[in-house]
Amino acid sequence: MNELLERLQRHFDVNNINVLKPGMTTLKIGKDSAEILIRELRDREGYTHLNFITCIDYIEDGIFTLVYMLHNYDSKHTLGVHVDIDREHEEMTSIHTLWAQAWTYQRELREMYGINFPGSPRLDEDFCLEGWDQIPPMRREFDTRVFSEERFGHREGRHSEVPRVHMKMELYPKRGGDEE
Amino acid sequence: MTLSTGHSAALDFAQPEPPDLSSGKYVKLWQGPQHPGITGNMSLELVLDGDTIVSCKTHVGYLHRGFEKLMERRSFIQNFTVVCRIAVPEPTFNEYLYSHAVEEISGIEVPERAIWLRTMNLELMRLASFLMWIGGQSGAFGQYTVPNWTLAYRDYVLDLFEEMTGARIYHMYIVPGGVRAGLPDGFEERAREIMKGAEKLLDQIERVMFNNVVFKARSKGLGIITPDMVDPYGIVGPNARACGLARDIRKDEPYLAYDRLDFETISGNEADAYGRAYLRLQETRQSINLIRQCLDHAPTDGPFQADMPNVLHWKVPAGETYVKAECTRGEYGYYMVTDGSEFVRRVHVRGPSYTHAIAVMERLAVGTNIADIAGLMVSLHTYPPEIER
Repeated sequence: MNELLERLQRHFDVNNINVLKPGMTTLKIGKDSAEILIRELRDREGYTHLNFITCIDYIEDGIFTLVYMLHNYDSKHTLGVHVDIDREHEEMTSIHTLWAQAWTYQRELREMYGINFPGSPRLDEDFCLEGWDQIPPMRREFDTRVFSEERFGHREGRHSEVPRVHMKMELYPKRGGDEE
Repeated sequence: MTLSTGHSAALDFAQPEPPDLSSGKYVKLWQGPQHPGITGNMSLELVLDGDTIVSCKTHVGYLHRGFEKLMERRSFIQNFTVVCRIAVPEPTFNEYLYSHAVEEISGIEVPERAIWLRTMNLELMRLASFLMWIGGQSGAFGQYTVPNWTLAYRDYVLDLFEEMTGARIYHMYIVPGGVRAGLPDGFEERAREIMKGAEKLLDQIERVMFNNVVFKARSKGLGIITPDMVDPYGIVGPNARACGLARDIRKDEPYLAYDRLDFETISGNEADAYGRAYLRLQETRQSINLIRQCLDHAPTDGPFQADMPNVLHWKVPAGETYVKAECTRGEYGYYMVTDGSEFVRRVHVRGPSYTHAIAVMERLAVGTNIADIAGLMVSLHTYPPEIER
């Protein structure tokens, strides 16, 4: 494993290498080199399985972190490639030519986070949300509660609870939800 | 035998040109979202030339409830009631993986008894899910005897779940730190009796379904997955094992008590719908064997739950992990990121259907007869909620 990381560090600008547990490591790479690194890992280092692509919204830092999780069946090692992209210029190189299911992930990320992957097939086709006209819903600033209240309004006889408050009231009813 | 699973330039991932519907040569037909020949609520947009499918697009979203978003607003203990809804026929894999991810980031050690009870619970789930699947596969080819048998017998397995967990479908049994309860009195005897009956049922199914000339004629040669498709398409589980790849997370990267159970990875050499079905039949038998081993070895006393913090103020330390398990359809995984607060920062659920129902299905459907599309879809064993999350 160390040899692989040394090789990657020699040829790519990788940083933030983090061994999460035996058999799993994450690293960070710049947006411009990510596609080349992922291709290299697939073609030369045996990381032939794409577990998934996902995104974490760090709204406080103004970035989206894309996570490409790759697995090597021979060494039984999983490598998470993290790529930070600017929230205001949310665009990333497409890897749809590397794995057949990659375009599906990219289409989902387009819908849920608004990230663009130029060249990725069927990118603007609806994935889960038909006719969605709000901001992409997985972004942190999208408030599900506000959306529900605005969209569906109040219905007579309908009662809703804040789950955490409800749970405290259930556990400590005599003390008005105060567990102290 | 060494199989080539590498990425080949011969595999073309390019999207096919859509057929010219205005030519009058083609008919567009929607299969689903409400259709007996579809697995769950999803739909296939099919274009037909006569009886032959020339184009297929998978549409999902009919079940989207935003599980991953919901989890970002709920405390860690509240989330475990959310996760089991992600795969209705197999909720316990979600319970286990969510719990395992939280435990791994928090450094919680699960007691030995809970490890065995979790293993048994997951294998009972595999048995129940396969029984449901076998019925679906047979029914998709118009043979309704087997679904009646298997769905009825699945209820006996659900009885065991009810005894073990208090619930039949959404068990919420595997919780962070362990499990919610030990086994009730007499459970072992009843479980062994039901396993015996299940084996007998599988023998009957083999005779009625797998030796049936109609089933053979319709499923052999349908939806062939070649080894060189496996990695480029992200194919996992029985869909990959049927074409000869002996890959099983339970064996290759053992979790829970699997390294102490005696079993071998089953792989086949016919990767069509028939081969996949037969492999799943063998894995159902294997699951019965594993349940018996769990009954033999599971400790009957000792704690089944680790000491846990007050769940109302539970802050999981900042961290990141990806945990996975072998569900009936292959690699099921939870990617979790925490930031030290009382809410999870991000959870990504990786289900095998994500690629099996979209990229793989859209490719295999082309050239298939319309009468076989339901059988093909069931043979890939897909669940829409794990795509939409």
